[in-house]
Amino acid sequence: MRNIPVSAVIEAVKSLCMEANYFLGEDVLQLLRQCLGREESPLGREVLCQIVENARIACDEKIPMCQDTGFSVVFLELGQDVHLTDGDLMAAINEGIRQGTKEGYLRSSIVRDPLRRVNTGDNTPAVVHVEIVPGDKIKITVAPKGGGSENMSEVKMLPPSAGIEGVREFVVDRIRRSGGNPCPPVMAGVGIGGTFEKCAWLAKKALLRPAGSPNPDPFYAELESDLLKRINSLGIGPMGFGGRCTALAVHVETHPCHIASLPVAVNVQCHAARHREKVL
Amino acid sequence: MSVKRILSPLTESVVSNLKSGESVLLSGVIFTARDAAHRRFCDLLDRGETLPVNLSGEILYYAGPVPARPGKVIGPIGPTSSYRMDPFTPKLLEQGLKGMIGKGNRSDAIVRAIQHHKAVYLASVGGTAALSARCVAEAEIIAFEDLGPEAVYRLEVRDFPLVVAVDCMGGNLFTEGMEKFRKIFD
Repeated sequence: MRNIPVSAVIEAVKSLCMEANYFLGEDVLQLLRQCLGREESPLGREVLCQIVENARIACDEKIPMCQDTGFSVVFLELGQDVHLTDGDLMAAINEGIRQGTKEGYLRSSIVRDPLRRVNTGDNTPAVVHVEIVPGDKIKITVAPKGGGSENMSEVKMLPPSAGIEGVREFVVDRIRRSGGNPCPPVMAGVGIGGTFEKCAWLAKKALLRPAGSPNPDPFYAELESDLLKRINSLGIGPMGFGGRCTALAVHVETHPCHIASLPVAVNVQCHAARHREKVL
Repeated sequence: MSVKRILSPLTESVVSNLKSGESVLLSGVIFTARDAAHRRFCDLLDRGETLPVNLSGEILYYAGPVPARPGKVIGPIGPTSSYRMDPFTPKLLEQGLKGMIGKGNRSDAIVRAIQHHKAVYLASVGGTAALSARCVAEAEIIAFEDLGPEAVYRLEVRDFPLVVAVDCMGGNLFTEGMEKFRKIFD
């Protein structure tokens, strides 16, 4: 058993939510530069140049790359031999978000109640996903999620007879119907299997993989590359102005599912594909 | 690529010369308004009250900035998805609104309303807020401060790079662009 005071969680979350908003990952930047090399639309190339230049400015000046500094989605891999001390874990995560939002000049984009809609003023609360894992460490990942791309996401309960064709059709159609709204070039996190909520969680978790890294199962790696080709044939292009680069990557994650079901979820991620992690 | 310079407020002759797909640099005064401000604008109009901004000839920018650091005019700012403003837009066009800045496509009804009112919808690149903020020379909250990032800001912009997305002839970059680059997949 290892004792970790929750104050360490506050500090980690605070710096992670600032860093995630200032520094776009090298993996994403590399895919953006590759897009720039093959984009045929002049307007599309101009958009991609602005995105790359913007990432440089945000990094140099330590300012958010996007004004939508996101809903703070926090993934915790909590070692079962960890004993958190001196406070409430969830309160600590929210305190970290609160401090990071204030000190990092991030935007408060959360309303307290979905229908009565009053801004909480500090971008709390976070959405927290906890997995209990072996070991005595905590891995904290902060993934700020913008509203524009989140709004284009969807879960569908397909019948097993729909098969791989049904999955393909749903994923590609979801991106087609999103058009320029989610700030393409996007990343598509795809969850297949599990239950209604499990496949949505998988779709989001898929976005945490290094951008463009294939699924370790060759069958799903091939599906990812096939989906990417189909999505990039849609013509949507950067910001929906028309072009070849509609998606940077498709990441598929799967889970066993019920004999009656074939759940599929698409979590659409804008080009500001942000997340930072730290192990305590 | 040719870049046309335009000024805000807009005039009918300027708007009528803008064509979908064209790049422009906008200078002048514009006003931010996103979801919550749009609702309040329409609530005020429904009650027969006047808006905090006279929209005649003006441009609304669908955006909510990040708080400004000390010594800065504004924090990073960029467009939000425009389709969410569609339910409110016809009422504001009737008030003389001439231009809108946002990202993503509009509904067919709004494309027709833009054409009918001889207005224009301009697209800005989403997710490049650090870069776009450099075009803002002055910023001041003029209404609904309680809404935080959704307050109405008066912005003075200089050479703000935009693309004509929907023009007053009904031209639509989002449909035209997609059609041009779409491939039949076999």
